Amino acid sequence: MLEVRDLSKSFRGLKAVNGLGFRVEKGTIGALIGPNGAGKTTVFNLITGALKADSGQVLLDGREITGLRPDQACHAGIGRTFQVARPLAELSVEDNVIVGALRATGSVAEARQKARAVLDLLDFGREAEKPAHELTLPDRKRLEVAKALATGPRILLLDEVMAGLRPTETDRMVATFRRLNQETGLTILLIEHVMRAVMALSQSVTVINHGTLIASGKPETVVRDPAVLECYLGQEEDEAAHA
Amino acid sequence: MFDLPTFIYVDSAIRGLLQGAVYGMMAIGLSIVFGVMKVVNFAHGEMLILGGYLAFMLYSWFALDPIIAIALIGPLMFAFGAVLQRTLVDKFIDRPQHQQFLLMIGMALVLVNGLDMIFGPDARGAHEVPYAFDSYEVGGIFIDAVRLYKAAAALVMVAFLFWFFKATRTGKAIRAAADNYRGALVVGLNVSRLYAITFGIGAACAGAAGCLLVLDDITPHAGPGFTLLAFTIVIIGGLGSMPGALLGGVLIGVSEAMAGVIFQPSLKSIFSYGLLILVLLFRPAGLMGKRA
Amino acid sequence: MNPSPRHDGGLAGLPRRALVALVVFAAALIAAPGFVDDYILSVLILGLYFALVGQAWNVMTGFCGQLSLGHALYIGLGAYTAGALFVRFEISPWIGLPVAMVVAGLAGALIGFLSFRFGIRGVYFALLTIAFAEFTRILFDHWGWVGGSSGLYLPVTERTQVDLWSLRGPLWMFYYVILAAVGLAFLVCRRLLNAKIGYYWLAIREDQEAAQAMGIDILRYKVLAVVVSAMMTAFGGVFYAFYYNQFYPETIFNIDKSIEILLGVIVGGIGTLFGPILGAFALAGIGEVLIWFQDLVGVRGLKLLTYGVVLMIIILAKPDGLWPWLRPLLGLGRRDRA
Repeated sequence: MLEVRDLSKSFRGLKAVNGLGFRVEKGTIGALIGPNGAGKTTVFNLITGALKADSGQVLLDGREITGLRPDQACHAGIGRTFQVARPLAELSVEDNVIVGALRATGSVAEARQKARAVLDLLDFGREAEKPAHELTLPDRKRLEVAKALATGPRILLLDEVMAGLRPTETDRMVATFRRLNQETGLTILLIEHVMRAVMALSQSVTVINHGTLIASGKPETVVRDPAVLECYLGQEEDEAAHA
Repeated sequence: MFDLPTFIYVDSAIRGLLQGAVYGMMAIGLSIVFGVMKVVNFAHGEMLILGGYLAFMLYSWFALDPIIAIALIGPLMFAFGAVLQRTLVDKFIDRPQHQQFLLMIGMALVLVNGLDMIFGPDARGAHEVPYAFDSYEVGGIFIDAVRLYKAAAALVMVAFLFWFFKATRTGKAIRAAADNYRGALVVGLNVSRLYAITFGIGAACAGAAGCLLVLDDITPHAGPGFTLLAFTIVIIGGLGSMPGALLGGVLIGVSEAMAGVIFQPSLKSIFSYGLLILVLLFRPAGLMGKRA
Repeated sequence: MNPSPRHDGGLAGLPRRALVALVVFAAALIAAPGFVDDYILSVLILGLYFALVGQAWNVMTGFCGQLSLGHALYIGLGAYTAGALFVRFEISPWIGLPVAMVVAGLAGALIGFLSFRFGIRGVYFALLTIAFAEFTRILFDHWGWVGGSSGLYLPVTERTQVDLWSLRGPLWMFYYVILAAVGLAFLVCRRLLNAKIGYYWLAIREDQEAAQAMGIDILRYKVLAVVVSAMMTAFGGVFYAFYYNQFYPETIFNIDKSIEILLGVIVGGIGTLFGPILGAFALAGIGEVLIWFQDLVGVRGLKLLTYGVVLMIIILAKPDGLWPWLRPLLGLGRRDRA
């Protein structure tokens, strides 16, 4: 469904993403992991169009979406959340989601129905009237997901959506995504640090460091791969050396 | 159109150059404030006029030369700016930018109309300074003493500002705070105080320029025009860049003078605005500025 | 700024009290010429004029979040287009009006497209709007066909006969024209706010990048906001031309005018539907009192000085304006209703 080929991006001479390639199969949940600064969010930004790639391709269902603007990418089927939640602060939760739902329809009434459905799906209905800026952090994260989901994406890109959540909240999110994936066949790609979620949810894992591919495959395999351990431990060693 | 004798153009260019030095100094104040604090002082031109009227009062009562008066009015306006920043502007650092814009617009309205109430709308000027009719001759061109002294005073102040920001601790601290707000806080700089000083400097620049301009004429309602002029210069030269502001000032000064002579005096600003539009669209960082 | 659009669309959704208040208010305005004198009527006209142009400015700045400080441009374009057509070709203002709106709309589209295409935002955009207005001011100052710096003069006939087609007539005729315009503008804005375009504008205002990630073509919607705003403002400009019958580039394109437009909106409540109307009336009323006082005491500039102070106080203490604060106090609706 989503295929990244030989993707590269440099910032002022520093290669943030270096010839990266991976796939996420339709209807599966994939994870993109790696140490801090590995380039994960940059990859997301390249896929969603927030950044322009220097070279390489991004394909969605065989169709090339490299270089599309974020709104065009959204119409092509990419739904994304932001690492730091970006709610439409002065609007109510429901109105936030309505904006997302309006991607596929011109009718506000239809969008409202879709929005309510999405909110129910995420067990968020009770907060519908609340202004978004009054939400707690976990609820903001849920709103991020709701907004993206309402646009009717083919693939949902979640950027560290579990960060800062308590274990019970994390479990709840995991359950929701698993349900979404199983019931609607929604393809999901997550960037995550919270290993608990990665192991529980993903069917395939891609590990990157310094913008390059380190390993890719089933979660159990990847987690034991020495190269993977190296890049995480290597980072710990660096940190210990400088402490 | 181009059939005037050469010396008229040279004369205009020189006049523009000299005026440009004053413009540049005025614009530096605005540029610094935006560069450091990201605050858009929409009342800059009004502060200029305020300084001008203060100088006018001193001139009327004590026959004090406006250029000398800068020594008094500069610090006074500095204090005014610093206090204004501490009491009002500071509250808007975290607020949406347009609100701070509007606050200063309100301030501008207050200043313009306050001055109108006190002094009336007619033009005032310090026209009877001893050197009002002197001029110097350089290679066939006559340069008014007034223009020359104004430019000289402006350049002295510009030099002082350059020195202040390059060589003094406070100046360097302000530049640090401009480049990296959080970093500055982390190393223990009193950013609040630095902001007050910066705004004070901005006000002082404006006020000093006003003192120089009162040698020609000022009216309360010229305030907004000067604010726009200052912005034009600063955008063209590059927000946050001092050399840029000076360069921009000279550029505008010369282009206005030349346009006034080649076309019509009333059309002189159209080039400035045209240039402003082009710069905003194609190179908003200006000729020398960093990204704001 | 101010929150959500209405969930319910029609007037049926308003709480009973608000509906009654609205009806009473509208009725009072409609009946006004019957029982107030010409002076009060002229003040009401002024208030309505600022309500109209304020509402128009609000569309771009309040709904879509794009600060315009050069809105006088559209007033001037509106006034000059319809005014010149009338003076030069005796074309009725009712025909001149759509032409004026198109001219203003095109100007807005140009400014919007150029600016947003190059990613100009915030302060820079606001400055650009000023630059365009000033540029146009100087241009018109030198354009002989429309009178240059001497301005345009519309032939004034007696104010006793009603000639609606040429907009010549007594005060009450102008009153009803502007009242209808304000009513229309209010309904149009309400409709827009409750439709997809309104939601998209608010989204852009709140967070442009987030909006884009949700599939919103921000260039398109921002330009639309400018165009709609410009066209509505031009309506005010046409009215200005035929009501005051004379104007000059120096005043009509002036930044003072641009600031006048926004004062009422800020005071009343930026981003709301009723705020601009409330603010316009409040300032018109206060303005008249101040002018009377000014004349009495022989002091100039008091009105504008006070406006400046009011603006500063509002921005400091109630940046969302008076309406969002008054609304729940008057029991006219929840905090998040327009």
